[in-house]
Amino acid sequence: MSAWLRTPVGMASAATLALLLLLPAILPELMPQNQARFWLANIFGRAIIYGIIAMSLIFLATYGGLVSLAQMSLAGVAGYVVAITIDGAAPSIVGGLSYATAIPLGIAAATLAALFVGLVSVRTRDIYLLMITLALAMGFFRFVETNLAWFNGYEGIRNVLGPSVFGLPFRDPHVLYYVSLTVAVLLYAGVLYLVRSPFGLVLQGIRDNPRRVAALGYNVALHRIAAFGVAGFIAGCGGVLATIYNIGISPGSIGLGATVNVLIMSVIGGLGHPIGAFIGSLIFAFFDTFAASIYDRNRFNTLIGIVFLVIVLLSPDGVIGLAKRVGALMRRD
Amino acid sequence: MSLRLSRRSALKGAGALALTAAATGAIKAPAIAQNTPIRLGSVTTLEGPFATGGQDAYRTMEMLLQAENFTIGGRRIEWTRESSNAQADVALARARKLIEQDNVDIIVGPLSGAEGIALKDYSATLTGKTIVNGSSGASDTTLRNPSRNFFRFNTDGTQWMAGLGNYVRRTLNVSEVTVVAGDYAFPYAQVFGFSLEYCRAGGKVNYLWSPLGTTDFASQIAQIPRTSGALVVVHGGTDGLAFMTQYAQAGGNLPIIGGSIMADQTMLSARGPHRRLMVGMVASGPMADVIDDPNWTDFVARYKRMPNAFPSPSIHAVNYATNLTGVIRALKEVNGDLSNNQAAFQRALAAQKFKAPTGADVSLDHNRQAISDIFLTKIEERGGTPMTVAFERARQVNQTLGTPEPAFLALGAPSRNNTGCIAAS
Amino acid sequence: MTSQLALTIILNGLTLAALYFIVASGFSLIFGLMRTVNMAHGSLYMVGAYVGYALWEPLYDADAWYAWYAGVAMGMAAAAIVGVAMQRVLLGWMQGQELRQALVTIGLSIIIADQILAYYGGNPRQFFAPDAIFGSSNVPGVGRYPTFRLFQIGVAVVVGIGLWLLLNRTKVGLMIRAGVDDRDMLSACGVDVPKINIIVFALGAALAGLGGVIGATAQPLAQGVDGRFLLISLVVVIVGGMGSITGTAIGAILVGLAEQIGQALFPTYSVILTFVIMVVVLALRPQGIMGRLR
Repeated sequence: MSAWLRTPVGMASAATLALLLLLPAILPELMPQNQARFWLANIFGRAIIYGIIAMSLIFLATYGGLVSLAQMSLAGVAGYVVAITIDGAAPSIVGGLSYATAIPLGIAAATLAALFVGLVSVRTRDIYLLMITLALAMGFFRFVETNLAWFNGYEGIRNVLGPSVFGLPFRDPHVLYYVSLTVAVLLYAGVLYLVRSPFGLVLQGIRDNPRRVAALGYNVALHRIAAFGVAGFIAGCGGVLATIYNIGISPGSIGLGATVNVLIMSVIGGLGHPIGAFIGSLIFAFFDTFAASIYDRNRFNTLIGIVFLVIVLLSPDGVIGLAKRVGALMRRD
Repeated sequence: MSLRLSRRSALKGAGALALTAAATGAIKAPAIAQNTPIRLGSVTTLEGPFATGGQDAYRTMEMLLQAENFTIGGRRIEWTRESSNAQADVALARARKLIEQDNVDIIVGPLSGAEGIALKDYSATLTGKTIVNGSSGASDTTLRNPSRNFFRFNTDGTQWMAGLGNYVRRTLNVSEVTVVAGDYAFPYAQVFGFSLEYCRAGGKVNYLWSPLGTTDFASQIAQIPRTSGALVVVHGGTDGLAFMTQYAQAGGNLPIIGGSIMADQTMLSARGPHRRLMVGMVASGPMADVIDDPNWTDFVARYKRMPNAFPSPSIHAVNYATNLTGVIRALKEVNGDLSNNQAAFQRALAAQKFKAPTGADVSLDHNRQAISDIFLTKIEERGGTPMTVAFERARQVNQTLGTPEPAFLALGAPSRNNTGCIAAS
Repeated sequence: MTSQLALTIILNGLTLAALYFIVASGFSLIFGLMRTVNMAHGSLYMVGAYVGYALWEPLYDADAWYAWYAGVAMGMAAAAIVGVAMQRVLLGWMQGQELRQALVTIGLSIIIADQILAYYGGNPRQFFAPDAIFGSSNVPGVGRYPTFRLFQIGVAVVVGIGLWLLLNRTKVGLMIRAGVDDRDMLSACGVDVPKINIIVFALGAALAGLGGVIGATAQPLAQGVDGRFLLISLVVVIVGGMGSITGTAIGAILVGLAEQIGQALFPTYSVILTFVIMVVVLALRPQGIMGRLR
């Protein structure tokens, strides 16, 4: 650990974490109080939350070679389970549960749903997988949008206020921020640990050459389904946070736009390392919030589409890839 | 402790107080307040299928603010516009940005039902900020769990159907109708309002629901019972156009009774075989293209002078204008004073009584929801273009359609299984 | 349910399937030869429909009998031009990088949808077919039935037979089929593969444009149809099997029937019927009904 901390990556990680921990104290120095609160919750907090969902996509894509567009739906599964079961949601579908029960239930449901997605698509790969997961995601979206009994259809379920943490309401920007940050750091560390574990190595082996891994006696299908389960767990955590952040969930939260947005975040940040998810979602949150000021709000989609296209064309591994290449160029000089 | 203050410390104290007052905008200091602008934010839908309505809403907002020269009570109005895509999450993100980043005092918006409920919930978490509806028409935004910071000067989807059920049953003398409606909250509210009256008057109703975004209605059209004397179509936008076109193509010829957004200009200006069926269509709603009222004539004349205006303002334009009128009038009454957590301003808002652009009298009930007039309209060809003409007005319709509130609430929220069709005993 | 109603619903399903086939066949064709998953296929549908409409509207107002046919030609041409431009400028040089191509087309579809909104606005619009195919006809066992829906079946059959003839009876078709099996060998034989790619892309895109105008005559044209028809194309070819014209037809019929029967029997859950079919097919035959394992 201490050796790792002395490597450039280790030092950068530690510095970033320190910066993120101190952020609530730094922001008020840079801007008025209310804007600092806004930035903390709605730029950084939101970026961390959606970054978790994007990280589940990047985990599958980078280490499993599986580009899944179902991740936002899986996040939605967790969010909907919480919204359906929690006490005080409007309308109350099942209700009666406390957050302490509903949240694990939601994450478990997302994990199970992810295992199902993995099972359905286990014999397909690459581009087929992208298509199948997109079709599944849209099927779930259409179902949720039209089903009243469980999902309250088009209107969705509101008033999911979140638990109080150490006696403080979740709605407080600091609480929202620190809880999201803690969850994100734990999951991030977990992903980095997992990919170095035997499971992660086999997964990467399957990505590069499934036949050889199968010949070595590993069960390829099982590893792939398990990878989906892990990604579903991550997406579920993000989904619960996103639902509480949005004070509820509606079909729009998991629609085609939302699904593609997660892909955009991942690609802009960089399919290549989990940190790309958070970089990408931070860039996205910034553009999404300030598009009206920096560009015509009405044409936000053209702007983000062009940014996305340019990244795919110039630097398929996203902003991190770009940074690496710039770094390499500088060192050469 | 000594009560004697030194001159110096008193001066310091006064200076600090003045500084704080200047910094926070105003603490009962109108002289300072007048220098800071009133920050008005707005949220509408400029992306996706509702984009045209959103643009029209901003057109009328701009018109009304121009008329005030962007100044009220000596304070400049600084207007920040935001746009959502009709999704609750996005509307919420925009509202947060307006309140927390741009520090606006008042938001006017949003446009659609789910967004309205999301912003109502959000407004309940705020202090010293006010959200006034734009055009969203879900009943629950004000009926159940209302928020003290949320005001709505437009009538809701259920109110819009006032008078229609009685008209179809009694005046048109139709004893059985088939309702074809979208399977989501806005049509539920409308169907509820219609059925409540129609069934009470002894009519029989068949219901055919279809999910939002249905484009092929052929099989549903085949299922319309032959005993129906009329078709009540409660669809909006593209779904409505799809249904009517396909019904016309299938050779359908039942009289059409429309939901409130069926008779909108977006529907009428689309060309197609549906026009044949739509001429003569009776509907009800908060407005019509032609209303015999000087207020409306004046409003339309001013509207037409705006760039890119339609021949007649859309329902969203009228609703945004009605809500903004409430805001402007209340701001004038308090002379632009938003101090004390907007207490005086919110009191003035709640007590507003004025004429909407349509000439309807508007006031608010205890949930800060509009009580106003509803028009029965008929589509007529005038000068070669079809338009809606108001021929009757139900005055001062409240949110519970005259039923006492507890009894109305006991009926439950409108849904596919709760259509409001309760036959008179 | 009366037999008349049942027949009507089945006919509705088949006519809808015809539209789905026209659109999805272009998607399947492009994929079959080039392995390119064109996520902008729905955007090509939308480009065809909107541009076709722009030509059709003034002609229709002028009472020109050929207005609709001109709209069809214009829609096909516009979609083909955009498609060829996509292939030449962006996709051609990353041939083989399937995922990157899919991402590029996703980016393009976002931009195209937004630009169409900017140019044409959010109002729904619709074509009217010429009088000859517009009204309703008598169908035995069904009664009066919209003629245009029957016409859709005719177009789909023509498209299907045309594609079969092209692939099986022409030199270009021979090359395309050879390319499906082994691109490198085809290239080694001295065939200009990039040119074949462009021809196929133009054809696939033109079919999307044709589907666009026909679809916008049967149903309203509005924002969001791009996503809808992309999704339909995906599901149809996943079910039917990638790159197979017969498979696409089978997939389209299954999806079209499922949609209409579902809507008639259980409207609330009708939307998921399609996806249940997809999941079942994937579980039993991951390559699709007519697909080949590669």
